[in-house]
Amino acid sequence: MTTETVPPHLSPLTPERDSFWYLVHAEWTKFRTVRGWVIAVLVTIVAIGAGAFLGADVSSTCGGGHAASIGAGAAACPAQPTGPGGVPVQDVFYFAHQPVTGNGTITVQLTSLTGQFIVGTGNGRFQTAPGGLQPWSKAGIIIKQNTTQGSAYAAMMVTGSNGVRMQWDYVHDTPGLGQGAGQAGALSASSPRWLRLVRTGGTITGYDSADGTRWTLVGTATLPGLTSTVQAGLFAAGTSVESYPADFRAADVPNNFGAMATGVFRHISLSWTATGWTGTNVGGAGPNGNGAPLPGTLRQRAGTITVAGAGDISPAAGSAYAGSGQSLQRVLAGTFFGLIPLMVVAAMFITAEYRRRLIGVSLTAAPRRGRLLAAKAVVIGAVGFVAGLVAATVALAVGTHLLNGNLQWPVSLLTEARMVTGTGALLAVAAVLALAIGTIVRRSALAVAIVILVIFVPYLFAFGPLAGSQPQGSGPGGGGGWPLQVTPAAALSVQQAVPQFHQLNALYSLNAGYYPLAPWAGLAVECAWAAAALALAYYLLRRRDA
Amino acid sequence: MSSTARVAPPRYLLGQALHAEWTKFRTVAGPAWLLAGVVAVTVAVGAAAASAVQCPSATCGIDPATVSFTGLYPAQAVVAVASVLAIGNEYSTGMIKLSLTAMPRRLTWLAAKAAVLTAPVLATSALAVAGAALTGPLILPGHGFTPAHGYASLTSATDLRAAVGAVLYLTLIALFSLGLAAAVRDSAAAIGLVLGVLYLFPLVADIISNPTLTRHLQQIGPLPAGLDAQATIGLKGLPLTPWQGLGVVALWTAGALLLGALVLKFRDA
Repeated sequence: MTTETVPPHLSPLTPERDSFWYLVHAEWTKFRTVRGWVIAVLVTIVAIGAGAFLGADVSSTCGGGHAASIGAGAAACPAQPTGPGGVPVQDVFYFAHQPVTGNGTITVQLTSLTGQFIVGTGNGRFQTAPGGLQPWSKAGIIIKQNTTQGSAYAAMMVTGSNGVRMQWDYVHDTPGLGQGAGQAGALSASSPRWLRLVRTGGTITGYDSADGTRWTLVGTATLPGLTSTVQAGLFAAGTSVESYPADFRAADVPNNFGAMATGVFRHISLSWTATGWTGTNVGGAGPNGNGAPLPGTLRQRAGTITVAGAGDISPAAGSAYAGSGQSLQRVLAGTFFGLIPLMVVAAMFITAEYRRRLIGVSLTAAPRRGRLLAAKAVVIGAVGFVAGLVAATVALAVGTHLLNGNLQWPVSLLTEARMVTGTGALLAVAAVLALAIGTIVRRSALAVAIVILVIFVPYLFAFGPLAGSQPQGSGPGGGGGWPLQVTPAAALSVQQAVPQFHQLNALYSLNAGYYPLAPWAGLAVECAWAAAALALAYYLLRRRDA
Repeated sequence: MSSTARVAPPRYLLGQALHAEWTKFRTVAGPAWLLAGVVAVTVAVGAAAASAVQCPSATCGIDPATVSFTGLYPAQAVVAVASVLAIGNEYSTGMIKLSLTAMPRRLTWLAAKAAVLTAPVLATSALAVAGAALTGPLILPGHGFTPAHGYASLTSATDLRAAVGAVLYLTLIALFSLGLAAAVRDSAAAIGLVLGVLYLFPLVADIISNPTLTRHLQQIGPLPAGLDAQATIGLKGLPLTPWQGLGVVALWTAGALLLGALVLKFRDA
């Protein structure tokens, strides 16, 4: 007799079960099969998309305005001149100029740069007071298309405390060498500064010198469309006031409190045929216009020309913007609506396992606990990213249509791409943060409350009743203060649509769309919080019994 | 013949329900910790805000009460968690079936829940607000809130009204959370909803640029309306008078409780 042995049945081996992506697939299946969670993510997308209708509401409030100016009534916003590329600009200064044609060179020696405060005395009248030299008060030489606001230009200048600079077309700024020697305080008849501009076709090159013989190249500006005949000459602009006098009282000061800058020029030489100087208040003068509160002056005596003027030649960013346009970022106002359902789902993605005791099964199937947490983070992060990407694309498309070009600042495609991917990343990291906190506290309500608290309350603090007492970001840096620098709420900066300029003295407030951190830096702060929470979650998940 | 023992018909008295709910409340550690957290957060954040604020001149226009009560921004979230869990835990643990079997009159049960929550929250809020209101004036005069800058006294009848307003606000928020939790039945969704209603109104009011819409949002949102009840200066510029503000919060609370009661009564648990 023979007995046949039957080989024992074995299931086909599935080695991929050991792979991480198998776990991700399992977690994805858990996520997509819970109808309520999928609906919540759809609500996130719809909420952010619909937020565009709220944010793109064009109203009478002038851009850059502070909350305090809201509600004062529907006064018409002043027209904001625009420069090359459609950027809004400030173009108010005193210009001693003459027309020149073709290529050529202008060279001057600057022996003094001083400042005066312009103080309102009521009835729209102003007078000057000593000591008003501002960090970016400027005087120097300029070649400009014409005397209308917003026309192309390139200029070499000495500034109040930022040394010798070359600036062109409002947004460009390059420092000269010899910073210390170029300070306004170091200028005198015995230690002057020499400045030179050379025009060659559409290119203007700026040079800087301490002695008028050895010249250093500062920068080269390309001004497209510059005509053959342009205006060349001397200019002065006092800028807005950054450092107030010691006895300054805020209540005394009208809105157009300003500063005057006075430059003293010698050894002025033009390679073109000289035709005599004409003085022009570019942008106008007088307390009621958009121009300088006081008209500038031009004095010529024995080879010395003195030019004094108020105003500024700069991009109109932050509080310098007076027009009616809006920051494109407002159309993403729905992000806050969308965050809540997403973070609820992200927290429940793990807390529901604890509540339903599913965690025991999950950890039996995937005994390496860190990998389970990682798989969940990948799934919920991907869900958040895609939701944010889709929602922000819809919001920007709808919002751009609704705003109909009524933008405070032209937004490049690159910036829009950053806003969209940034919103996706912001939501993804917020979801991972919620998952990590959910793992740490293991209770849905507590986890959801904590994540909403750390993102929403800092934002309220930055805006809320305390905002008036916190530094709102004078100068580059943006508004909102520490609540938007150290908390996960900092990530909202990735949606900023308006640029900041170091060469412009303005208030960059949160109301006008400015954040204290650079776009990606703010997102990095949120990432750091999420990483720290994940690390703690990993530690606790491994150490504790499930 | 068999004789039937006479069983007293069950009496569902509010007193018994109250006793039962109070026993549930006090024998769990969670609520006590959360309410202790409310006091700690209110006082600590208020003190931190008072230390950070500066009033350099007579025109700074900062409300000292608003500064002292800054801690209420995060503290109300803790109150909301405690209140949502009072109902949410019943559903998440399945306790609700037992509770409703023992107390079939559901509205009586909800009333007992609300009453048992109100008493400790009221006491905790009073403690927290008193702590913040007493800490603020200790710190603020050192930061420019002096008689020379127009802050004659940091304790007056107006301040008492602001403190009472803050206590009532926190209590109303607790009941609002309870009502929504009864309507939603899931702790996580309920807390998301409550904090969304609280924080989104002031956030959106700050973000949008339409001044009319901003003012309306500040009038109908429970958090900004509640802040009006805590203000002591610049009352004329507020979107609502202090008591109108509390009235708006009370309307939200009544609406949430009504919704919760309807869902509880007409839906299977």
